[in-house]
Amino acid sequence: MLKVKNINKLFYDPVDVHILKNVSFEMDEGEFVSIMGKSGCGKSTLLYILSTMDTSYEGEVWLNDQCYSQLSEKDLAILRNEHIGFVFQFHYLLPEFTVLDNVMMPALKLGYKTRKEIEANAYAKLGLLGIDDQAKKKATQISGGQKQRVAIARALINNPKVIMGDEPTGNLDSKNAQLVFDIFKNLTEEINTSLLIVTHDEDFASKTDRVIHMADGEIISK
Amino acid sequence: MRKNILLKIAKTHVFARKKQSSIAALGVTFGIGTFITLMSFMTGLNGLLDGLILNRTPHIRIYNEVKPSEKQPIELHYKNDSKVTHVIHSIKPRNTQANIRNNRGILNALKRDKRVKGITPQVSARVFYQSGSVLLNGNLIGIDPLKERELFNFHQYVIGGTPEDLKHNQNGIILGAGVAKKLSLHVGEYVPLVTPEGKNIKLKIVGLFQSGLAEVDNIQSYANIKTAQIATNRNTGYLTDIHLKLHDINIAPKMSEEINRIFGINSIDIQKANAQFETGNGIRNLITYAVSITLLVVAGFGIYNILNMLIYEKMNDIAILKATGFAGSDVQRIFIYQALIIGSVGGSMGLIMGLGLSYLISISPFETEALPTIKTFPVNFNYLYYVGGAAFAIITTFFAGFLPARKASKIDPVEILRGQ
Repeated sequence: MLKVKNINKLFYDPVDVHILKNVSFEMDEGEFVSIMGKSGCGKSTLLYILSTMDTSYEGEVWLNDQCYSQLSEKDLAILRNEHIGFVFQFHYLLPEFTVLDNVMMPALKLGYKTRKEIEANAYAKLGLLGIDDQAKKKATQISGGQKQRVAIARALINNPKVIMGDEPTGNLDSKNAQLVFDIFKNLTEEINTSLLIVTHDEDFASKTDRVIHMADGEIISK
Repeated sequence: MRKNILLKIAKTHVFARKKQSSIAALGVTFGIGTFITLMSFMTGLNGLLDGLILNRTPHIRIYNEVKPSEKQPIELHYKNDSKVTHVIHSIKPRNTQANIRNNRGILNALKRDKRVKGITPQVSARVFYQSGSVLLNGNLIGIDPLKERELFNFHQYVIGGTPEDLKHNQNGIILGAGVAKKLSLHVGEYVPLVTPEGKNIKLKIVGLFQSGLAEVDNIQSYANIKTAQIATNRNTGYLTDIHLKLHDINIAPKMSEEINRIFGINSIDIQKANAQFETGNGIRNLITYAVSITLLVVAGFGIYNILNMLIYEKMNDIAILKATGFAGSDVQRIFIYQALIIGSVGGSMGLIMGLGLSYLISISPFETEALPTIKTFPVNFNYLYYVGGAAFAIITTFFAGFLPARKASKIDPVEILRGQ
């Protein structure tokens, strides 16, 4: 489903750094994959390329039958909106909006459904994560663990093909980290969503379907 | 649906920062409010001055001027002989009557002319105002009071009576206010006049004439045409001036020239007679526009500043919006919407402020010698200034929002998301 072919990326400033070297791998639908490696090995850079946000690289990324390099900035935004959900280390909710608004926003942007349908959908996703009782609160009024669950609900709202995470448990205590892991596990099993998670957490990675190890911009095992 | 969500985000951002947003909006409010007030007040004043000069001045004045004959007899005699040069010293003006010859013919011709809105004939007569042994120099002008009122707003200068009172009293006079003051005369009393021909007449004062120009008010008085003709021992065909009002003031110079040529008589158009007035008007308008536009530009910079700061504050939000599928153009639109929300809220308050201030000015007392009938400041409540102010508010805020918005659209989300 997600195919990566010979990705190379160089930083030219201040000195030439070959940050990704001939990275290639594939992942299937419903697969739970984690990427591990030391800081600076290029794992986050790879993730941002896969998420379509970073466009300065060589090589090809295919999501289903679409190659990223053929798409304009606008089309990439639409692709990202519809097919990719993103979860960050720091929750990154919009502070002025309610939990419900935060979750609904990507779906409102997509605009396939009516507001009512989207709202029902958002409640369903929040319910799935056990926080539907927080829906009307401001995003700043809930706890860190709850914020991360709201972010996951937002990533899920458009039923994406793949959810990507940049250390989604990195900022959580072990109890909340376990909770988030369980939620991810459920998603792959129940709605067949693919997951690609960058992590430092050995424990977290060991429980996923597949671990890709990276070092110095190269994949050393997949 | 998509537009709605962008607008909703913009609204939430604006209303979440009530203080900053209201300061930016107030900038626009003051800009637009002052623009409207200034424009209404200045054009009101200009209108007043127009009234003072343009509406009271004939577009074309036809009269007889004392001057030397253009061709002296000797020139006519030798007109085809190029060998002869002649030198004449001390040329004297020709002794002509002030009467416009063939005035009936001229009046009839002008009445048929479609460019002419109205005509008022006048008789100007030199007189002395008498009080005991004191004789004051004066000028009695015979007019048709109703026509003067209709065409040249004669009633605006008349205090203590009306032009109608003059019309209905063949022995009436509207006395110059300066004369009345000097001779301690009041409306209802009689003023004795002496003509240069030695004739004595007594006229009843039915009103006072006050133009605000002392040199006029100290000399000029008005009576009916017939009264002036009788006072000067002239017959009913005697006219010294013909005043024209045209439908289109701009053709006055051309038409004046035409009258000169066809009737062989002097005429002067309003543009020539009041050239300095047009210049003053233009400069006043220029200053008004310059001040207003400066105010609006300053308001625009306020919005630019606040949006710029907002974008630095909102880096994270912009990154997250982009990560969840908002394109650069969407982000740009969100910030332009914010500018437009601030602009339209501030602008509408500015319209109200402009209306309020204009109203306050319009009820403030303003008394001037020049316009005895006007009691408050003139304000021009033209809806076009409100339309223009609203349009300007939207345009300025759009441009003030455009640059910060474009900057926001170009923010690289990866840098922000990885930075933390």
